[in-house]
Amino acid sequence: MARVIVVTSGKGGVGKTTTSASFSSGLALRGHKTVVIDFDVGLRNLDLIMGCERRVVFDIVNVINGEAALSRALIKDKHCDNLFVLPASQTRDKDALRLEGVEKIIDELKETFEYIVCDSPAGIEHGAFSAMYFADEALVVTNPEVSSVRDSDRILGILAAKSKRAVDGLDPVKEHLLVTRYNPGRVAAGEMLSVEDIQEILRIPLLGVIPESESVLQASNAGTPAIHVDKSDVADAYKDVVARFMGEPVPMRFVTAEKVGFFKRLFGGR
Amino acid sequence: MSLIDKLVDYLRGPEKKTAAVAKERLQIILAHERAGRGSVAPEYLPALQEELLQVIAKYIHIDRDKIKVQLEKHGEYDVLELNVTLPEHQRPQ
Repeated sequence: MARVIVVTSGKGGVGKTTTSASFSSGLALRGHKTVVIDFDVGLRNLDLIMGCERRVVFDIVNVINGEAALSRALIKDKHCDNLFVLPASQTRDKDALRLEGVEKIIDELKETFEYIVCDSPAGIEHGAFSAMYFADEALVVTNPEVSSVRDSDRILGILAAKSKRAVDGLDPVKEHLLVTRYNPGRVAAGEMLSVEDIQEILRIPLLGVIPESESVLQASNAGTPAIHVDKSDVADAYKDVVARFMGEPVPMRFVTAEKVGFFKRLFGGR
Repeated sequence: MSLIDKLVDYLRGPEKKTAAVAKERLQIILAHERAGRGSVAPEYLPALQEELLQVIAKYIHIDRDKIKVQLEKHGEYDVLELNVTLPEHQRPQ
């Protein structure tokens, strides 16, 4: 049975698209047929992060309006055989995502794909709502920062009250906390909320921690999902996240600060 | 952090770390926001308030703004609260 997973956060710039790209790539690398959908109509960016921006011909709104068949709008990922991208429209507005249209697309995708990853736009408007409405599971991407945690809490409230599962009285959407842009050194110094603090406040199970890293920008520069960057902590962290999502008991990494040497501590490093 | 910074920090004495402040602020505001969530005032509330007002006005001379009808959430229960501030020398009509 296909699973629909929304990557959401409320706040913008916390790493939803980065996570959608790497998480869906990670599922595909494990051999699962996966499709990732960009719901950010008007501000599409998943295509850039996945490096397929020049191959976009049709988009999700074309499919909803019957201007193109779904199969023609899907773009095969250049890194993974099992991964396809459904881009958002750049020229329409978010209201073009009618729920019936989205439902038809998701139902059709369920026939072919095991995992349908929905990259939500920021905010709690129509686009974000249509991205989360059909979700079975949710990755709530949160930065260790007050406004992000507050917005995540708001999104959790909406998932619990207004998603299709809530409306239909089914089992609730399965929520996963993903803390991104984490800096264990600053946490140790008392300058940043810890992963335990965030978990205590939001009260949902922790799926993983992605460290703050320079390789995320490098990956987006190149149009390669961060999970493919060799020898980077971010790639390892995302692989762990996918493994845990598949139910493997992988211990948390990247949550404690590296030991700083005596001389570095004395004279100060970067 | 250099040696001098550390010395300055040491002399300043313990100060509340900003992460702890952040956690405390979040816990307070989210408790407040969660309480308000999902308990939208029902549509009948204004009409109920008006009728209660009329009944009370039958017996007591009272300003309309001295009567407050509120719906609050206390844990699992919704509590309808009727607050009437009686005038100091109220007397039955």
